[in-house]
Amino acid sequence: MDLIASHITHRFGDLAVLDDVSFTVGAGEVVAIVGPSGCGKSTLLSILGGLLQPTSGAPELRGAPPADSLNPLTFVFQDFALLPWATVEENVEFPLLHNQLSAAQRRALVEDALRRTGLTDFRKTYPKQLSGGMRQRVGISRALAVRPAILLMDEPLSALDSQTRELLMEDFVRLLADGGMGAVYVTHNLEEAARLADRIVVLSRRPGRIREVVTVPMTRAARGEAAAREKLLALQNQIWSLIRNEAIDAEREVQHA
Amino acid sequence: MLDRAPSDVTSKDDATRRVRFRGAGFVPASSRFGGWIALALVIAIWQAAGSAGLVNALFLPTPSAIARALYELAISGALWQHLSASLLRIGVGWILGTAAGVAVGFAIGLSRLARSVGITFISALFPIPKIALLPLLILWLGIGEEPKIATIALGVFFSTAISVYSGVDAVPRNLIRMAQSFNVPFATIVRKVIWPGALPAILAGFRITASVALLLVVSAEMIGAQYGIGAFVLQAGNLMQTDQLLAGVVILSVFGLAIGKIIGWLETRLLHWR
Repeated sequence: MDLIASHITHRFGDLAVLDDVSFTVGAGEVVAIVGPSGCGKSTLLSILGGLLQPTSGAPELRGAPPADSLNPLTFVFQDFALLPWATVEENVEFPLLHNQLSAAQRRALVEDALRRTGLTDFRKTYPKQLSGGMRQRVGISRALAVRPAILLMDEPLSALDSQTRELLMEDFVRLLADGGMGAVYVTHNLEEAARLADRIVVLSRRPGRIREVVTVPMTRAARGEAAAREKLLALQNQIWSLIRNEAIDAEREVQHA
Repeated sequence: MLDRAPSDVTSKDDATRRVRFRGAGFVPASSRFGGWIALALVIAIWQAAGSAGLVNALFLPTPSAIARALYELAISGALWQHLSASLLRIGVGWILGTAAGVAVGFAIGLSRLARSVGITFISALFPIPKIALLPLLILWLGIGEEPKIATIALGVFFSTAISVYSGVDAVPRNLIRMAQSFNVPFATIVRKVIWPGALPAILAGFRITASVALLLVVSAEMIGAQYGIGAFVLQAGNLMQTDQLLAGVVILSVFGLAIGKIIGWLETRLLHWR
């Protein structure tokens, strides 16, 4: 199943946020979206996931989702969005409750999702008892439970410390390794984009337009090797040079707002 | 070199001194028995002053006299007669007002139309002291229990509706968006996200409405009732039976404490995740 951003334009009142953004996320492909602060990255993701109605243009799907997918487009949120009154297990089970699944099927899906994210021993724990990294693991586990075709990740690591970020990044690489699941990964962190994405969509300053689409010229598996580091760094520098001046302007704009 | 002082030179500046601790205070912790000890002390002083004749017993009877009055009320069965009348009024009035308040509060929290209409009405009617409506309610509903119960229900309704829609408004939007992103149906979002999310505010509202109900039942019983703690307190005052009057006040205090404890227990049970 492909996800297509088709000429998406969006305004918040008089404020133009996105201007004619079009690109396609192929099945199993990981596309990162980067750009200066306020360029509309998260807005674009909300539109792609059907949580926000664009002013014009539309998100579209092409092809059928995998037969076992209960929620083809599934979000992983920056702030985790966990139900604080529910245990880890209940949070992961939450999106399954309204599906026509037997209790045994639900249990199996929850078990599998918890196992894949290393949360099996924390099933009865409440979110407030967990670290930020573990909370995001619950968010990822909940997303995996519905067997998504495409994960929509809105800066999923930005609220975490650098060590936790590194560990979760390794988890993402592992989860996306078999190509069965695609992702749109919004981030301001170019290293994350270069580590994870097949292609990187660079947006301009507000209103966000596609400035460039950069293809990462190596497999995700190869990016963990020492020899790849220099190439990835060069790629990050290339993207940074594209957005640096606009990022400075955007920062000043925010400060003067 | 920066961290080593020359050993052969000693001056006043080389002497070490502790950094003064400046972080004390602003973390009040109540001791477990402090409040009870203070209460016992006040009662003891009160009793001693009364027994020594320093306080006129007509104006302020001693704690032992109040306890004796309470005991006699209990033995004679009058205590239960008054208490049961008040409990019935509070119970029925509070339940009716709470049920209506929760329903209207949720409607205001979830529906644009209900919000536009409801908030206007609530803003206009909430400030009215509900006891002022008792005469009107007596005209409408007769002189039985109904106007007293309706007064309590009205008082409880407005506070409950406000706390419920404030609670619904305070549910983090990201949780609702999360549920929507999983195509969770509206009714399930209300039941599994909005209700538990609003519950802290709703329970906090219960504390307020319990006090409102207690205040209104006493006021209503003072205006037009034969039985009830309010009526009993008024009669005792009219007859200058201050020991009985204060026995009624003690009952009200214990009643308020009991309600507070029940709500506290509910909070512990239902909000254990906080």
